[in-house]
Amino acid sequence: MGKVVVVTSGKGGVGKTTSTAALGAAVAKTGKKVALVDFDVGLRNLDLIMGAERRVVFDLVNVIQGTAKLSQALIRDKRVDTLFLLPASQTRDKDALTEEGVGEVIDKLRSVFDYVFCDSPAGIERGAQLAMRFADEAVIVTNPEVSSVRDSDRIIGLLDARTMRAEQGEQIAKHVLVTRYDAGRAARGEMLSIDDVLEILSVPLLGIIPESQDVLRASNLGSPVTLSEPLNTAAKAYIDAARRLEGEDLPVVVPFERKGFLDRLLGRRAA
Amino acid sequence: MTFAAPLEAKSIRFRARSFVAFTLTPEAPMVEWLQGLDHWIGNSPGYFAGRPVLLDLNVLKPRPSEIAALVTELGTRGIRIYAIELEGASLGPELPPLLVGAKEATTDGLLPGRKGQDEVSGKPEGKAEGRAPDHRMDARTDAASVAKGKAGASKTDESEPQVSHYDSGTLMIKAPIRSGQAIMHPHGDVIVLGSVASGSEIVAAGSIHVYGTLRGRASAGALGNTGARIFCRRNEAELLSVDGWYITAEEMEGVSRGKPVQAFLDGEGLRVETLS
Repeated sequence: MGKVVVVTSGKGGVGKTTSTAALGAAVAKTGKKVALVDFDVGLRNLDLIMGAERRVVFDLVNVIQGTAKLSQALIRDKRVDTLFLLPASQTRDKDALTEEGVGEVIDKLRSVFDYVFCDSPAGIERGAQLAMRFADEAVIVTNPEVSSVRDSDRIIGLLDARTMRAEQGEQIAKHVLVTRYDAGRAARGEMLSIDDVLEILSVPLLGIIPESQDVLRASNLGSPVTLSEPLNTAAKAYIDAARRLEGEDLPVVVPFERKGFLDRLLGRRAA
Repeated sequence: MTFAAPLEAKSIRFRARSFVAFTLTPEAPMVEWLQGLDHWIGNSPGYFAGRPVLLDLNVLKPRPSEIAALVTELGTRGIRIYAIELEGASLGPELPPLLVGAKEATTDGLLPGRKGQDEVSGKPEGKAEGRAPDHRMDARTDAASVAKGKAGASKTDESEPQVSHYDSGTLMIKAPIRSGQAIMHPHGDVIVLGSVASGSEIVAAGSIHVYGTLRGRASAGALGNTGARIFCRRNEAELLSVDGWYITAEEMEGVSRGKPVQAFLDGEGLRVETLS
């Protein structure tokens, strides 16, 4: 039986979809069978980030409504052959999803794949709640900003209340993934520190992804950064996060600002 | 043609109930009091919507003509007065009825096992520290003789992680309280072992103890217990309130922020002091 991981955040634009793609690709590269499921019905993006937008024929809503088989809707990645995508429908809205339907699809995926990553839509409404409903684990994507952290806290409350596991009295394993971390701004006290984020959320840290233009570029080129530029610092941080998700005990290093030769010469301080 | 109504022995349901209502106590001068009220409503729009509010005029002691004006004035702010308290008054039929024999609600006054009480909303009321009293509201029970309580657990929003009742009065919460969660405990103290997030709320009839950082709102003594206190290991609260007297984050002096504090009533208002 595979593990179902929901990638969620509450707030929009923090990097849920990018992180889903990067983590999923990193796990799949280790040989595990991975399915990425886009739950953002009506505003789908995961297909673009994965570079599969021109291969979408059937989607999650078709599978739930029985107009397509799961095997027809799953798109195999061209770069990693253990990586699959189940796209969302762009022309429907979140009301097209039913709890029973989602449960059936997740059950089928769970029996075939080692990991099922559910890319949650932003918000705390129906779409987000269905994405987390059947999850075993949750990755909470947070930017080190106060608004994002508070929204994440709200989402953690929902994870502990509205998921199937929580209702059965079990715990859902939760991990915080801090994205868009800017070492320079953190040093100047312009964003929350990692300690502040963890103290507020009191959830273990999965990784810290530094703010990087390469991540955005990779997304726009339709390739997760962990596949296109695996040596990049952000990609490495994602790969480490994926290894921690699989249970490996790796220490997390807080990114620091690299000082250039000139900075050092002039004695410029970061703080 | 006449119809004979079928005579069925139908008993009339006639029961006494007690429930909690909010009491507004206007104080002179009225212009300032109303300004204070407007300020309060501005901060919490919709607070009074659909809530029964009592008007306690024993402090103001207005003339009968002024009462009507005041009720209208409150009506324009969306506050519906459903009874008036004024000793020795007789009110005309155009005014809400006179209420006699009301008692302040205290934890002792609540019957044991009366849980999930009718909308015990303990949102912050009252006034801030160190200012002349402008307005104050308290929750009171309009106690009729028999109390018919509903049984049930303390009301909380969404989830209540790892909660245990140590004795009949104390609610212990072993997990952090997340943004958006509301803990209502109308029977006694609340102890939180974790932190209380920004955007969450704890309302207790007794005292509130937070062994993490308090970032949300805490209302102790919400049913009228002046001896209740709020304790926390680190004060980053949005709002602290005891028995209706409140203080917002903005009004807390810098010295009490980020420190272990207690909040209590000292006869003049709410005090927030650091714990050494």
